[in-house]
This record gives sequence, structure tokens and C-alpha cells, in this order.
Amino acid sequence: MLTPARETRRARWEDVLKAPSFAYLRASSLAQVFDALAEHGEDARILAGGQSLVPALNMRLSEPRLLIDINPIAALTGIERRGGMLRIGALTRHSEVGASPLVARLAPLIHQAIPHIAHPAIRNRGTFGGSLAQADPAAELPACVLALDAVLHLASRRGERAVSARDFFRALYETALAPDEVITAIDVPVAPQGTRSVFVELARRRGDYALVGLAAEAREVGLRLVFFGVGNKPVEAGAASAALAAGITAERIAAAQAALARDLDPPGDLQADGATKLHLARVLLGRAARALMAA
Amino acid sequence: MSERPLSFLDRPNSYIGKSVPRPNAQRLLQGRGVFVDDIRLPRLLHAAFLRSPYAHARIKHIDTAAASRRPGVVRVVTAADLAGLCTPWVGVLTHLKGMKSAPQHPLARDRACWQGEPVAAVAAESRAEAEDALAEIAVEWEELPPLASAEAALAPGARAIHDTLGDNLAFARAVDAGAVDDAFARADAVVAETFTFARHTGVCPEPRSILAEFDPGDRRLTLYCSSQAPHMMKEIVLRHFPLAETDVRVVCRDVGGSYGVKIHVYPDEMAVIALALLLGRPVKFVADRLESFVSDIHAREHRVAARMAVSRTGEILAIAIDDLTGIGPYSTYPRSSAVEGNQIVGLTGSWYRSANYRARLRVAFQTKPPMSQYRAVGHPIACAVTEGLVDLAARAIAMDPAELRRRNLIADEAYPWKSPAGLLFEKLSHQRALERMLELMDYEGLRREQRDLRAKGIHRGIGLASFVEITNPGPAFYGVGGAPISAQDGCSVRLEPGGSVTCAISVTEQGQGTETMVAQIVASVLGVALARVRVVTGDTERTPYGGGTWASRGTGIGGEAALQAAKALRANILDLAGAMLQAAPGDLDIAEGWIVDAETGARRIGLEEVGRAGYFRGDTLPPLTQPELMATRHHQPRDYPFAFTNGVQASWLELDIETGFVRLLKHWVVEDCGRMVSPLLVDEQIRGGVVQGLGAALFEECLYDAAGQLRNGTLADYLVPMAAEMPDIEVAHLETPLAGTELGAKGIGEAGTAGAPAAVMNAINDALAPLGARVSEQPITPARILRALGRL
Repeated sequence: MLTPARETRRARWEDVLKAPSFAYLRASSLAQVFDALAEHGEDARILAGGQSLVPALNMRLSEPRLLIDINPIAALTGIERRGGMLRIGALTRHSEVGASPLVARLAPLIHQAIPHIAHPAIRNRGTFGGSLAQADPAAELPACVLALDAVLHLASRRGERAVSARDFFRALYETALAPDEVITAIDVPVAPQGTRSVFVELARRRGDYALVGLAAEAREVGLRLVFFGVGNKPVEAGAASAALAAGITAERIAAAQAALARDLDPPGDLQADGATKLHLARVLLGRAARALMAA
Repeated sequence: MSERPLSFLDRPNSYIGKSVPRPNAQRLLQGRGVFVDDIRLPRLLHAAFLRSPYAHARIKHIDTAAASRRPGVVRVVTAADLAGLCTPWVGVLTHLKGMKSAPQHPLARDRACWQGEPVAAVAAESRAEAEDALAEIAVEWEELPPLASAEAALAPGARAIHDTLGDNLAFARAVDAGAVDDAFARADAVVAETFTFARHTGVCPEPRSILAEFDPGDRRLTLYCSSQAPHMMKEIVLRHFPLAETDVRVVCRDVGGSYGVKIHVYPDEMAVIALALLLGRPVKFVADRLESFVSDIHAREHRVAARMAVSRTGEILAIAIDDLTGIGPYSTYPRSSAVEGNQIVGLTGSWYRSANYRARLRVAFQTKPPMSQYRAVGHPIACAVTEGLVDLAARAIAMDPAELRRRNLIADEAYPWKSPAGLLFEKLSHQRALERMLELMDYEGLRREQRDLRAKGIHRGIGLASFVEITNPGPAFYGVGGAPISAQDGCSVRLEPGGSVTCAISVTEQGQGTETMVAQIVASVLGVALARVRVVTGDTERTPYGGGTWASRGTGIGGEAALQAAKALRANILDLAGAMLQAAPGDLDIAEGWIVDAETGARRIGLEEVGRAGYFRGDTLPPLTQPELMATRHHQPRDYPFAFTNGVQASWLELDIETGFVRLLKHWVVEDCGRMVSPLLVDEQIRGGVVQGLGAALFEECLYDAAGQLRNGTLADYLVPMAAEMPDIEVAHLETPLAGTELGAKGIGEAGTAGAPAAVMNAINDALAPLGARVSEQPITPARILRALGRL
């Protein structure tokens, strides 16, 4: 039974909110989340930072029956070192990741990427795990975790499993996450001594999704080049990377830029056609490679 | 003492020419503004609209039965339901010879002509319930071929969008002045370019909003709306709804930006009024951001083929332009959609001396949202075309572009001046403005820096753009064409018993500081502190009659009315004070809220004593003394059809030739708007205008596909200019007071937007010139620059 006071409140919110009607569960434990997901499956959506979900609701692009708010679950938040891994809780805010000295030291690529994510207000709410679950192909963090060979921890009532970033991103907004699962944490291999990281992107306005971006990580074991904004998910540029395998020189940069056509076949979007994106990807590759050379 | 008594403008405690805090800023910054969406009335209903998903389609059948049964739904209406309530309108101005358009209705009848045209409306207890019901309306559509481009619409054999009109040409105009062919024939160089300007839109922070409250008991309608022109809105209501002049009131409380968007008649807003009449309940509609993109007026969309003839010695001999513009399926009511093209024809080249000018304008119907007046109507196009040609000509004859301007701008001593297209300039200051600009930006120093950096592979560009700006339009602008748009404004000023002043004025506040400007004038003339003046705007029942705020007329026209009203009240106050003090009114003055001895400044009595005597103690006054502590004056421009202003802008930017990205480093504006009331507000008008111009130059574009579908109707995809990409904007002023008014103020609202795109385009082309590339298509995107450079 609604009290009269709450009825008044409800009526007022209906004046301003235009999302379709949905039920709301404020979860206090993962077990509660698992139960709700198991029961409602694809009719439920998890509310973390809400920076993509809430606009989608208000535009009626997404019409879930139930929102499961995981914000009260403290266990999903935090950054710590666990041996050779840096563990980032899925609910950790972008701003917290960006300000973390641990991340700056142990995962410098992510540290470099954070300021490119939207705007401060969005970084204050948006979460690390939420960005990966959303899997926007033009977003920064999916490219970073792929470049870093991170491992995502997924959990449901059925149990827990670890999925590598390489296996996680499947297609446009499609991931390995099952309808009853939630991302709990991300393990990022700690950058060894001598690692060089470069994160570059081109956006029309600061904070926009990038036209093209590149997360580049040079380690002893090799060079990882992951482009974003150039396909339906982050794309690893293997041919370009191979062209630079023997060490970065001006000639090899040109060869890598040429090889990029084998790695990327960017679809056009509103801001740039495919040819423009490939050109810009080559420019970024050149800039990142020269920066790695200088680092 | 000087021989002439000091006027209010020169008095030491005058607020004229001073930057003061805005009285309404604190309230707005605290989030206590009252916008239409904040107004809640008992029994309020909310409207939502079903809009056409097609650019062009026949409506074969609409089934509203299921939607009508949804919870909370009070009524679902289509065009047929409103037919007897609201008469159709046609957006033509009779003085634009040959102009035509088709009748428009609140909801599309039989056929929708743009994606986003309202087709059906739901009134429900909440907006959410209204939107839920929209999904239940079943429409049987028959798609018709779209005519998205202006070129296609005017192609031979193109089908007329409105059969009754015969073809898709809404308006055409030609000008041929001087001896254009001769001039081109004897020129040492002829330059030519086709400039294109994308369709963009206004993007007000507060979207269009309206709340119609109808009381069936006395058939009284109160309209709360976000509008620049409340009295015009009232006239519109009277023209199209069966209501008496005494029974309609239009109230505009806080308005969150407008830029011309909120000065037109929109079918969805007319439907809201009709719903209120139909249902006898208040109905509110606030456009959401998505529907704003397909229902607010769009702006620009021009393709201008242009040529300029120039002599070896740097004399501009002739200019010729051919402008094609697309305005959507209807000319917008009541200002029409032909004014932008018309102003391009009038303005292009008009600040240069050349007497040889030819222009052709064609205004085409097409199946896209209606296009109409948006900030700086026509100016940015006229300016970019003119200034783009000037830079091309300078390059053709190897002359510095600043020097070519110096040799051709109308001399400051040459006024009054009549342009080849017939514009009358009272007194402008182009030459002084250019010299001031070159000094302000250190033009020579920048040129040196540019050369040095080029040697290091850094590509920077300098762009100049002179311009004129149309402000303070007289009745020849709209009134003469039959539109119910007043060119005059009125102001009432009243002394309160406690010595403060209440001022009601017909110009309106949309966030730009109108009320501050008015208060500064009234306080200065009356000799009271600014905080003692309360300004009332935006209510047809509480303010004198007038046009409102648009076309940069608030200060020039409204400010002059305020000045004259305050002068009249001042004389009345001194008459009464003279009677009270047994002194000649001429020997008295008002200063800091006191009646003072004019000669010595000695305080005699406070204004509150005058107010008290006037209102409560008539018994103490001499016989036959009738206090008149309120005065009203009106002002309308008469001597000239418009008060033109002038200025020059400059841009300094860096081009990344690998990515095509442009970084704006600095922007300068030198502007002459006559007398400035508040330099702070003038500067912010310029800066805001420049930013909107930079948006058009680099970012903003409504992207349409061949089927006439908008592809970027969100603020994520439609790029408005944001602070991080904006340069510092330095502003300097010249003040050539306007003749014919005591205040001497001209307008300032369009100037920034008028010149910024031209300055940026010229700067980009200046950076590109050594690489043999140039761009002429706005917005100038990285992809367009890369294509010009041959890198794609």
C-alpha cells in the first residue's frame, strides 16, 4: 500500500521521467543479484553507474521490466594488488581508477585512458565493469583490457568463471556475459619493468566517443596494438604489430601503417567514413609507434 | 558647471556603460528559475506527439482506439478532431513578391511532409502515460517519394510537394546593380567558388515548451510559453482560435535560450492550445531533445555559387552570387522562411565600395523540417561568401588580405551610404574597426610567427572577416508584409510609495540580461540605485504592447522606450517634488534616491516622501496638483529601416594536416554597436554568438540520408560546440552612437555568429594555402579537410 505522501512523490516523478515503467531492486548482496537475474533473465538489467543505461531507458531504447541496482554492494568496489595481478572491482568508478596510484604504476595504459572517457561528471558515476559489459566498440576500456590480456570474473548463481578479454568481446554490444551473470572484478596483469604504454585517440570534441583510438602496450613478450572505433568490437592489429616486431624504426612504422589495411576494415559512422577511419588509424599508429620509440 | 546640464548618460553615478551584476543571475544559478516545465496546475494534462517516421508519406488510416483505452489517457486526437478548433495558417509575407506556401495545420492531414511532423497527439495524466499510449496508435502509411535536396526539388519535372502550388519554388529574387558584366570583363582577376552551408539547428538549453490553460467558464486562455514574443503569440492565437482579444493572456516566465527558435508558430504548440480548448483542462507539452531535433526550426542549408572581379591594384570591381536554399515543406509562420535568403541577397558584399552587384536567390520546398530564422539570419552565409571571395581575390593578385580589405571597405567618412542592393547605412566604422583589429591581434607579429612555424612543419592560419549586422528592424521588416509582429516597444515606469521603481516593458528576457539592461537605464535616468528597480517582462497583461526580443532590438528599441519613459516619470516626480517644496522643478534633480538641489546637490527630501505624498497624502498637496507617478513611452525606429552595426573578426588556428583536425587558438572581435549600456552583457552576447558561429563552422550539421531521415538527432551525435574546443575570445569596442535616439544603442546579438564562420574558414584556408588546398563546405570537418588535402 502506498502512503499518500509516497503517492504524491510518484505522481511528480511521472511528470518528468519518461522511461517505461519498471520495477527496481536495490540489491545489498551478490546472492540477491544472482537470484533476481536467475528469475528474470533478459527482462532484468543491472544498474551500475547508469551512464549508458539511463539515457537508453529515457529514450525507450531499452525497456527492461526490472532494474537491479548493485551500487550498495561494497564487495564490488576497490583496487588492490594480488600477486602479479591488479584487481579492479567491477563497480569501481572511472574517477577512482584514474586517481589510483596503483593503477598509474601497475597499469599505466589504463591510467592514460581514463581522462579520455567522457566528462568528469560521467567518470564520477560510470564504472569500470559497466563499461566492459556495455562493450561499446568506440569505448576506451574494452580496448585497454584486450591490450593488457586482462581477465574478467563473471559470477552467477551457477558459480564463478574467469573469461579472458580476448574471449569476452564478441560483437556489437555483445559479450560472453550470460543473462544471469554479473561482472564482479577484472584482473589486469601487472606491467613488468620496461613496459611502455601509449594511449591515443581522436575525438571531434573532448569527451566524445573517439573516431579512432589506439591502446598500445609494448612488453618484453611483444607489442600489442588494439584499435577502437574501427569495428564492432575492439580490434587487435596483428599484422601491424608483426611489422614492428623486430623493433620500431621509421621504415617499419611505414610498413606497419601499410599493413594496417589487413587488420582493419572500419565501417563508416556519422563522423567519418571507413576510408577516413583507416587513414586516421594509420596516423595514430605512427604517432604511438614514435612515442614508444622515444619512451 | 558646464553650460549644458549633465545628461543622465554623463552623470557620475550613471549605470550606463558599466558592467553590473545581473539581478536575476543569483536566482537562476540557484536553480530557482521558473520555466514552463516547472509550472504545475491542478488537473494538468500532458501532451505527447506521434510524429511521422517518414519524410513523405500518405496517412491512409489512423486507429487511435487502443491508445485511447490506455491508463491515464484522456484523449487521443488527429487532424480531423481539431479541424473546427484551429484554422490553418500560411507562412508568407506579402511584401516578398511572389512568395508562396501551403496551408499548415496543427496535425498533419492526409499526408506528412517531413520526418518529425506531428500526426497525432495524446493528452494524458502524465507524460509517461501519454508516451505509452503513442506506441498503441496504429497508422497505415503509404510512403511517397521524398524530395530531400533543394536541387532535386527544383529540377525540371520534379513533382510539386503541394499540388496546389504548381512547383517547389517558394520564393525567388534577383538583384542586378551597376555594370556587372563590364566589371568582370575588365577585371585583372576573377575568382570563383561554390560555398555550401549545412543545415543545422538552434539547440536551446530549455527546449520548446508550452502550457495552455483554458477556463471554459469565461472562455479565457492563459498561455505559459517559452517564447521571445508574447504579444505576437497572442495575436497568433486570436487569428486562429475562436477567442476574444480580452480573453487571451500570454505569459513568458524564465526562458532558457531561444536564438530565434522560439519565435515561430509550431504545429505541436497549436495542437496543445486546441487540446486545452477541447478538454477544458490545462495541457502541457515540453519537447524532448529527440523531438526537438526534428521539430524545432532548422537553419541555413544554402549553396552559394559566387564570383568576384578584382583589379591588379586591389579594387573589388564586382560581386555575383547565386544562392539556392531548402526550407522544408512549409514556409514558417508568421515570419516566413524566405527572410534568410533575402538577407543574404541584401547583405553580401555590402560593406565594400563596389557598386556592381548581381544576386539570384531561389528558395525551394523539400521534405525536411521547416527552416527559418535562427540567430544572425543570413549573415554568416553572406559574410563567409563575401570574405571567402576577398581572401581568394587577395591571393589571386598576391596582396595581403588585410590590405585588400583596407582598400575596399566603405570609408568612415562616406556615410550615409546606400549599398547596391539598397541597404541604407547611417554611420559605420569599418576602417577604424579594421585598424583596431590589426593592432589588437598584432597582425604583423602573427604573420611572422606563422612563417617561422611553417618552416618547422606547423601549419597555422589567420582569418579575417569584416561584416555588417542588421539590428533594430522597423515595421518594413515584417509588419508591412502582414505579419502581426510589432516593430515598436513600450515601457511603463512607476514610482512606488516607498521610493522604489517598477518597470514593465515589452521586450523580453531569454537569459541574455534584458532585464539588467532595462534596470540600468531606468535607474540611471531616475537617479535611484539599481537594486531599487524591479523589471517586469513577458506578460501580455502586465506590460505595454511590443515586439519582444529578436533581431537584436532589445536595447536599441526597448532601451530607448525605457529611457523615454523614465525621463517622463522623472519630470513628473520633479513636478510633484517642486509642488511639495515650493521650488521650480527645474531647480531640482534626483540623485541616489533623493530629491536634491540641482545646483548644490544638497538633499531635500527622499523619493519615498514624494511617493507617500503622491499616493497617501494628497491632502497635503497644493490644490489642483494631480500626481502622475507612472509614465509610459513607446519607441519605434523611423529614420532608417534598420540600425546597422559593423565589426571585424579574426581567427588564429592550427591545422593538423595528418588528421585534418583544427585547433582554435584565439579569436578576436572588434565591434561597433553604438552606445553600450552594459559592456559585460555586450561582450557575452558577442562571445555566445561567436561560439554559435564556430559551431556552424566546424561542428554542427543535421545529417540527412537520401530518404530524408535525420541520422544524428541526439546530443551525442549532433555536435554542439563545447568549452574545451573554444578559444579565448577577445573583444574590443568602438562606439558610434545611433542617430535618432537619445540612447544611441544599436543591437549586438547577431554580430558574433555573423562573422565567426567566415573568420575560421579563411584561417583554415590560409593554413591550407601553401599545400595547394582549400575548403568551402561548412561545417569544415576533419574528413573534408583531409579530402581537400588529397589524403583520402
